[in-house]
Amino acid sequence: MSKTELLAVDGISKQYPGVLANDAVSFAIAEGEVHALLGENGAGKSTLVKMIYGLVKPDAGQMRFRGAAYAPKEPREARASGVAMVFQHFSLFEALNVAENVALGMENPPKPRELAHRIRTVSEDYGLPLDPARLVGDLSAGERQRVEIIRCLLQDPKLLIMDEPTSVLTPQEVDILFKTLRQLAAEGTAILYISHKLEEIRALCDGATILRRGKVVASCTPREKTARELAELMVGETLTPPARRQKPPGAVALDVSGLSVASPNPFGTALQNVHLTVQQGEILGIAGVAGNGQDELLLALSGEIRTDAEAIRIAGQGVGDLGPNARRRAGLVAAPEERLGHAAAPDMSLTENALLSGAVRKNLVRRGLIDWTAARRFAEAVVKDFDVRTPGVGTAARALSGGNLQKFVIGRELSQAPSVIVVNQPTWGVDAAAAAAIRQALIDRAAAGAAVVVISQDLDELLEIADRFCALNAGRLSAPRPTQGLTVEEIGLMMGGSHGMEVAHAHA
Amino acid sequence: MTLGGIDIVVLIASLMSASTPILLAAIGELVAERSGVLNLGVEGMMIVGAICGFVVAVHSGSPVLGFFAAAAAGAAMAVLFAFLTQVLLSNQVATGLALTLFGLGLSALMGQGYNGLKPPSTPDIRFGPLADIPVIGPILFSHDWVLYLSLLIVLGTWVFLTHSRAGLVLRAVGENHDAAHALGYRVRLIRTAALAWGGACAGLGGAYLSLVRVPQWAEGMTAGAGWIALAIVVFASWRPWRVLLGAYIFGGVTVLQLRLQAAGIAIPVQILSTAPYLITILVLVVMSARRGRAALGAPAALGRVFHASN
Repeated sequence: MSKTELLAVDGISKQYPGVLANDAVSFAIAEGEVHALLGENGAGKSTLVKMIYGLVKPDAGQMRFRGAAYAPKEPREARASGVAMVFQHFSLFEALNVAENVALGMENPPKPRELAHRIRTVSEDYGLPLDPARLVGDLSAGERQRVEIIRCLLQDPKLLIMDEPTSVLTPQEVDILFKTLRQLAAEGTAILYISHKLEEIRALCDGATILRRGKVVASCTPREKTARELAELMVGETLTPPARRQKPPGAVALDVSGLSVASPNPFGTALQNVHLTVQQGEILGIAGVAGNGQDELLLALSGEIRTDAEAIRIAGQGVGDLGPNARRRAGLVAAPEERLGHAAAPDMSLTENALLSGAVRKNLVRRGLIDWTAARRFAEAVVKDFDVRTPGVGTAARALSGGNLQKFVIGRELSQAPSVIVVNQPTWGVDAAAAAAIRQALIDRAAAGAAVVVISQDLDELLEIADRFCALNAGRLSAPRPTQGLTVEEIGLMMGGSHGMEVAHAHA
Repeated sequence: MTLGGIDIVVLIASLMSASTPILLAAIGELVAERSGVLNLGVEGMMIVGAICGFVVAVHSGSPVLGFFAAAAAGAAMAVLFAFLTQVLLSNQVATGLALTLFGLGLSALMGQGYNGLKPPSTPDIRFGPLADIPVIGPILFSHDWVLYLSLLIVLGTWVFLTHSRAGLVLRAVGENHDAAHALGYRVRLIRTAALAWGGACAGLGGAYLSLVRVPQWAEGMTAGAGWIALAIVVFASWRPWRVLLGAYIFGGVTVLQLRLQAAGIAIPVQILSTAPYLITILVLVVMSARRGRAALGAPAALGRVFHASN
């Protein structure tokens, strides 16, 4: 591996209204190095790589790329210099096919037939088989990522930026991705790898730069540190894992049998014959790669999609044909993944948002009239109990940060004394301290006798809080197993294994 | 060949001419919507095109110049819309409605003193002996140049959208503007260009009404054609050839009800004249009932506001 410097970032700063996203950030990457950029949500990682990719202009500082001054005005220029990027939220077009998506990311794409041929060759060389004619909307998350990676590889990049690439992959797919990345590094391509998954970084990266609130707080060799040390560098404080209680579970509170529903979304996944039971005091964790039916499961359980009455039973009573409010009355509360626009109405105040889901169980509406005093008191209680940082309950939901709004949304549901709780991605995009608080609250609710279903793509989270564990794959739910004693290998197989990916071919 | 007192060949030949204003407006709006912008101002752009084309044709004596002026006027209206919605980020639905109202008022003002004038005529192209072939001759070879241009525009739009790189970029912008921006494409510029093209087509469609179909100027003479064009884009699930089909079906029903009235069929006139609109509504309902399919055709970013900071 050569030690020639490829990219040097020197004193880069970027100010956004109200927040200094990057404050004099400096670091360097050598050719063929896999370099990690570590930090919590909002630490400034994404802003930094957007500047390297030419999407955002820095306010101060310089960059050097292969020894020459480098200040890309737009992504086109960055690509021409040999910088490619795989985005966290895919930059793909669902209604276009694979070849069209790849062509859109290239400066001078070859003729369609030749491009299709090159996509096939490169994808097979790196063990990421892809059919150029397929519609991206029909692909799994792992396959979509392959499209992004192939799009980058076809341009022979010198530096490949990957923004949180593994958040949508099964463990087996992660292994294959890592082999591909190591092969690329061995061929001399430098990789800038953004993540907050510490074990992955320890396994893959040669060097790491750690950001906290826009500043570089440490540089290290990840292999020489423990995951815990890295986490504490990232967060800047000592973390306490949530406390678990040991109590035998009670009677069955939620019983789902033979649940099949079509997806309301044209590119969604239909649920097929899902069975599950959750007992009082128990947390059932449901893993799965995004887009395997998680959203549909939440909609079916919350009552936004209705089914046969007997497909879903709460404490023995069939509720499958009832809407959300009737299910709330029966004791079931739900918090969907999307905070703004689904869990909360963005332009309405916290009081109004509390009222929207709490009206039934907290008796906030009498004879068709809203009891504003009680609604405000309910919102204030949620804000206080769940440490939501907000100027007041009159603030619009949109104005809260992601973590604070998530605490409010989860708190609003948990404060209704529910007997069944369903949450999807409860800590998605939330900083470590808030995530720990939300997990603790879920555990406390279970200890108080509620049956809890946690749908999440964060395996560590599920292993930490769930009593039993199962996985959604293509709309089917695997048989649940006790969480204790599960290996990552077994979990990966439950999630659908490697989805037909193969290890990179040695000759490429 | 006659059926119930109606000559089928004449019917087809005249439905092509009757459909052309809507066809032009709809194919332009299709391009704008494929880029992700919903412009409800089609009616306003059409009527401004109608009066501008009329005024220029009357004063210059050249209908060709009139059509150019109509396209330019429609495009100018669309650029105004683009400035408001793409730069100032105003609401597309409200701005589009305002554009229609503005166009209706502006055209009425400009048209003062032009009532009752006759514009220079736009003759049919002479194809010589071809026009004398029975059936095919009157249907294919007896029209004016704008009608042939409208068919060329449909063909060109199809080639552009499905076979050119620029068309691919345009569809990408309409599908996911954030991703297109992340890849370095200029979302606003592409949308402004698509809107201007849509405006130019709507202007042409308006001028076809005032210079060929009627041919005269009357206030509010588009009479809802712009709204029908918008409905036809949805009916066509955003595909060029289906826009042609939709426009000709609507034009066909319009012409047919006129002929039925003339033939003295015993159906009240009011019901006959509402038929095209009722059928449009019916078709839209049937289309949207097959939800999954129709949703696939719609550009995913249609009507959503794009801001580069997101």
